[in-house]
Amino acid sequence: MNRNLVYFDYAATCPVDPRVAAKMQDCLLIDGTFGNPASRSHEFGWKADEAVEKARLHVANLVNADSREIVWTSGATESDNLAIKGAAKFYKDRGNHIITSKIEHKAVLDPCRQLEREGFEITYLDPDENGVISLENIQKHVKDTTILLSIMHINNELGAVNDIEKIGKYTRENNIIFHVDAAQSTGKLHIDLSKLEVDLMSFSGHKTYAPKGIGALYVSRKPRVRLEALIHGGGHERGFRAGTLPTHQIVGMGEAYRIAAEEMDQDNSRIAKLSEIFWNEISGIEEIYLNGSFENKVPNITNVSFAYIEGESLIMALKDVAVSSGSACTSASLEPSYVLRALGRADELAHSSIRFSFGRFTTEDEVLMVAKTTKKVVNQLRELSPLWDMYKDGVDLEKVEWVTH
Amino acid sequence: MYSRKVIQKFEETLNNPSAHNVGRMDANAKNVGTGMVGAPACGDVMRLQIEVDDQNIITDCKFKTYGCGSAIASSQQMIEMLIGKSLEEAKNIKDREIADLLELPSIKVHCSVLAEDSIKKAIADYESKKA
Repeated sequence: MNRNLVYFDYAATCPVDPRVAAKMQDCLLIDGTFGNPASRSHEFGWKADEAVEKARLHVANLVNADSREIVWTSGATESDNLAIKGAAKFYKDRGNHIITSKIEHKAVLDPCRQLEREGFEITYLDPDENGVISLENIQKHVKDTTILLSIMHINNELGAVNDIEKIGKYTRENNIIFHVDAAQSTGKLHIDLSKLEVDLMSFSGHKTYAPKGIGALYVSRKPRVRLEALIHGGGHERGFRAGTLPTHQIVGMGEAYRIAAEEMDQDNSRIAKLSEIFWNEISGIEEIYLNGSFENKVPNITNVSFAYIEGESLIMALKDVAVSSGSACTSASLEPSYVLRALGRADELAHSSIRFSFGRFTTEDEVLMVAKTTKKVVNQLRELSPLWDMYKDGVDLEKVEWVTH
Repeated sequence: MYSRKVIQKFEETLNNPSAHNVGRMDANAKNVGTGMVGAPACGDVMRLQIEVDDQNIITDCKFKTYGCGSAIASSQQMIEMLIGKSLEEAKNIKDREIADLLELPSIKVHCSVLAEDSIKKAIADYESKKA
């Protein structure tokens, strides 16, 4: 791996914390805790079960839940699928209407689309201009047949935070199951499920320094929420999710969440400082736009648009920096980010968005270096941009008759 | 996902724009043809300008492109193919040639199509001034 490459894409995935990797290593070999946690007849199984239950406690502890409310899954995508399809199918006799938002992760939107094909009615709410879903907006769309609301805690592209406390109060009063995709929020925001009126919450391992391929779903016991399982074959996880538990993955997630509980405050204040330094450095660039708002976002994600340059070329020019673009020119669809579109951003801004996301191993030197490189390449690309010329000439791009192809 | 050729052309252009025909000509000049194609909504806009002599030979070109790395590399490739060609020869440049030279993947072929379109528009603009 190129040592000079800077990783600023922690919101996509994190490297595993070395302490997590060490714990996982103890669960692989013949002299380690490799057993099948479901084996009741010997020490290997008992030890593995013990390790899995300890990890479950760590996960529960980070979000102040009962460990019996934590169900292991293969990741947040499976957790979202299990929550949404599982609740919709279990409660279908109560109604067939589900509410979500247009800027959810595909792991929520795609199961909703699938349910739509199966006869459910889905409402996709518009966010406000900063990527936040308001309670008022939700209330306006609730009907007698509404059984489920699925809203993310932190938006993965923008870092925008939804007020799940306020929303939960309303859904609980109105007997609507409330699912929260919290893939981006563990270790970033304090979550207290003993107080929050949330019924289902999805967690990811790898967004919090555990490996990929492990996640969890919180399923409330008080009040008890029921789900129809997606995967059958052995009745593991109290019937919610069959399949041999991957001891090493689970132990990794447990350790990662234990570390998060212990270190999140210091981690977050350090990252907030770095984020401030970064923004101070780049905000002087002409025609730069923050997507989202400082008042209502987590500091580890900074999503900006640089008008009149295209995101993919910016990423290519920032060749020593790993970031991601909202622009999906890499896909066949050639469409800008659906999240930025939903915010009502103009096309040229939606096409030019870059998400910088910081994490535990980000250093101040890296932040300064990337800020400097960003300033340089934005200028270089504008030198190449006919739109920049037009902007400088005072041409209103909205009024130009474009020759589309 | 990018071929080495695309990356090379993109970086050359970025790091030394003036040596790679980035810029603009006087669009009102009689011997200059301008073609601008694409739209911000699609994520790419290409502006090509050609300077043509009395023998109908393209003696110089300038371009600016808003778009992905392949679009910028396609513009550069197109310029290399245009300079020194007659208008008739230039009209026969096909997007396929540009795409093949740059080894563009199929999802990036629209970049070379854009280049071909800009050549056609620039020539048409020049010819309309002559007429």
